[in-house]
Amino acid sequence: MKKFLSFLLVSLVMNVALAQLQLNGAGATFPYVIYSKWFDEYQKKTGIQFNYQSIGSGGGIKQVIEGTVDFGATDGPMKDEQLAEAKAKQGTDVLHIPTVMGAVVAMYNVPEIGTDLKLTPDVLAEIFLGKITKWNDAKIAASNTGRTLPDKAIVVVHRSDGSGTTYIFVDYLSKVSDEWKSKVGVGTSVNWPIGLGGKGNEGVAGQVKQIEGSIGYVELAYAVMNNLPYASLKNKAGNFVSPSLESVTAAAMNEAKKMPEDLRVSITDAGGKDSYPISGFTWLLVYKDQKDEVKAKAIVNFLRWAFKEGQAFAPGLYYAPLPKEVITLNEKKIASITYKGKPIK
Amino acid sequence: MDVIQGIQTVVSPKIVSRNFGDTVFKYLSQFFAFLILLLIVLMAYEMYASSSLSIQKFGWSFLTSTEWDPVADQYGALPFIYGTLMSSLIALVIAVPIGVGIAIFLVELAPKWLERPFSFIVELLAGIPSIVYGLWGFFVMVPWIRTTVEPFLSRHLGSFPLFEGAPYGVGMLAAGVILSIMILPIISSISRDVLKAVPVSQKEAALALGSTRWEATRIALSYSRSGIIGATILGLGRALGETMAVTMVIGNRPVIKASLFEPGYTMASVLANEFTEATTEMYISALIEIALVLFVVTLLVNTVARLLVWSFTRNADAGGRL
Amino acid sequence: MYGLCILSALIALIPLLLIFYHTISLGVSALNVDFFTKLPKPVGEPGGGLANAIIGTIILVGLGSIVGLPVGVFAGVYLSEFGNNKFATIIRFLTDVLNGVPSIVIGVVAYTIVVLPMKHFSAYAGGFALGILMIPIVTRTTEEMLKTVPNSYREAALALGIPQWKATLRIIIPVALGGIVTGIMLAIARAAGETAPLLFTALNNRFWHTTLDQPIASLTVFIYNYGVSPFEDWIAQAWAGALVLILLILLLSIAVRIVTRQRY
Repeated sequence: MKKFLSFLLVSLVMNVALAQLQLNGAGATFPYVIYSKWFDEYQKKTGIQFNYQSIGSGGGIKQVIEGTVDFGATDGPMKDEQLAEAKAKQGTDVLHIPTVMGAVVAMYNVPEIGTDLKLTPDVLAEIFLGKITKWNDAKIAASNTGRTLPDKAIVVVHRSDGSGTTYIFVDYLSKVSDEWKSKVGVGTSVNWPIGLGGKGNEGVAGQVKQIEGSIGYVELAYAVMNNLPYASLKNKAGNFVSPSLESVTAAAMNEAKKMPEDLRVSITDAGGKDSYPISGFTWLLVYKDQKDEVKAKAIVNFLRWAFKEGQAFAPGLYYAPLPKEVITLNEKKIASITYKGKPIK
Repeated sequence: MDVIQGIQTVVSPKIVSRNFGDTVFKYLSQFFAFLILLLIVLMAYEMYASSSLSIQKFGWSFLTSTEWDPVADQYGALPFIYGTLMSSLIALVIAVPIGVGIAIFLVELAPKWLERPFSFIVELLAGIPSIVYGLWGFFVMVPWIRTTVEPFLSRHLGSFPLFEGAPYGVGMLAAGVILSIMILPIISSISRDVLKAVPVSQKEAALALGSTRWEATRIALSYSRSGIIGATILGLGRALGETMAVTMVIGNRPVIKASLFEPGYTMASVLANEFTEATTEMYISALIEIALVLFVVTLLVNTVARLLVWSFTRNADAGGRL
Repeated sequence: MYGLCILSALIALIPLLLIFYHTISLGVSALNVDFFTKLPKPVGEPGGGLANAIIGTIILVGLGSIVGLPVGVFAGVYLSEFGNNKFATIIRFLTDVLNGVPSIVIGVVAYTIVVLPMKHFSAYAGGFALGILMIPIVTRTTEEMLKTVPNSYREAALALGIPQWKATLRIIIPVALGGIVTGIMLAIARAAGETAPLLFTALNNRFWHTTLDQPIASLTVFIYNYGVSPFEDWIAQAWAGALVLILLILLLSIAVRIVTRQRY
């Protein structure tokens, strides 16, 4: 017993002595692949630890409102009521800072089909509404002439937790399907008509990987890293576009001209012939008026690094770097972060 | 023990304990025991207070509505209550016969030297953490169910609504099976204790009257019926509260379906999945109300079980002395 | 009929053997020195380890013990030495109630009692939740073990003029110590294996924790996060973590058996 206690004491003391600056953040699983890389690189460079837990955008928003984290992350922007609640509870506004862009892809596990299944918006909606239940349905075959589709049941996989990835996905479905809009709607957590629930992008990818015949929606990086094929979608201009850096950037370029001041914008169902229809920004949620000066400086410096050196990591991990116009807007935004009213140097 | 108090009362009934140390000791230990009471009360109060929003808005319909819609802020817990009960029921159907079978094996059949190591092994099953069951369940058991069990059931019993539908692997059946493995130790070890407590005179009397060995065992079983039911209900209590193993294999879908192949959702799983991100006050309140319901249900179940087991062992003692 | 009983005994063995088999075969590949000494790597990069998770679990169980052991042992002493009244019966009943409370519910309560007022996730909150879990096991075992000490010891102490508190602490408890320690070990085994109560109290941490009022890594939460992910090396590390946990539980169970056997 004594030995155990003294060991505990020593490790406690050791840990206090080694007290590195550590900030806690939580939220979206969508950008987790690149965030974990960023935080790892940044820690190697500066020694400052950003402990990020991918619990889902819903979780990120909630913990930011409750003030249990230093920053949050989400791909589904906070609603006005949520911003108001955060302001009431934390005494400050919450800023949305876009960090990268990604694509939400329809990933499937049907070995007979191979890669590059072509789906139209209404077919995608009907699959997730539970109206199309077999892979060899005529509607799917219509856009995939020349392919043999198997007579297998479609197993839909969606998110069981509150998710910005969900938000981007259902935001798109609501734009292209009136039935989806009225029946299910938009949100980080929705009442899914059908399907299994997986936790996080990781959980959905894990389920699709295990279950043959399944289809789920995940961020592009998750599909590529697991060697699972994903569908090309017909965009607003009528072309079948495969998700990629270029097609996501094309979508952003089209919509970024109309960026609102608070940087909360949806770029789904973008116009333009090369745009991938289910693209989205992902944001870091940062308190405008910070309570801790050291942490405030750390956050601002990290963001500045993310906009420059950080962006270089994006393509290798299948995220699209931010357009220059957005970075400029970001720089202005983080200049407005204050510590007790005074701007951070 | 009480002996000392008894002696002290007889010897010096009116004298206050002269030893200050004794008083301190008694009240100190009483204080800690009281903390347990305080803890339970605090837990119940916290949960009730935090779920008041949801209780006020939905009232009893919370327990009967199937609408779980965070977008519209409408919450009904019936799918989760159903999922919890159904998966636990499946677990009992599988685990009780096997558990009682093991108990009979250990008490009646096994050679003396086998009993301890075997019980040790069964108790090891009880010690395996829930998350390890979940991991094994998701990666080993679910594929087996998807490729072997469900197609088999589908082919032979597919016309029953219980076994309709596509084999996902994950779903209510998987949850029930993994739960059954987890509650097996508790059912078998308590049944074994209960069977052991049957007075030898009962069995001897049966054999003397000319019954076969199996019939004597059956008599022992009916004698210990309430104890075994108690064991079953204790197993039920454990199954109701299981979280991690179930979350990983049940499919996480708040629906009520007849088929065991379909996914489901339990009260414990929805808490694990959605608690950290419930963004509105009402959402959190609804989730805490589910925690409250789970708390009350497990409380009732465990109370009934303890009473049954306790009353049985008391009667058995009395019976044995006759 | 008896054949069925033998069959059920065999059936019970199968899952146990399979679990051990799969955990060992799937986990051993990721079980190397790195696993015990390195920190987790970002997504997609192989290697790294779960050193912070292992230490984190130890610290969380330690914190839980600070909460759970005193309450459990003293309450057990009360129930055994002073426990022939209505209050004690109520406490006994409530201890069983506490034992049956699902660990996820305890996590929810710990969130509202510790995390929200503190304004962040912390090792304290996780330790608090685990401590609550440990209390019933320690209380019950302490009471049972103390009750097995023959009354003659108490009577002899009283006859010699030793005050009750001294007799209990210096004589009765040491005799039952082996049994009490087994209760503690069982409680530790349970706490080390819990995941649900840590999900929203200690959260998790990819680095070493800095102070105890910050989120902290734990083996169980890591196993859960890695296990549901689609990344092969993460899944292998999840199995390795599961293997470590099972071995720990196995060691504790064997130790418990040895200690209780020595008493007879």
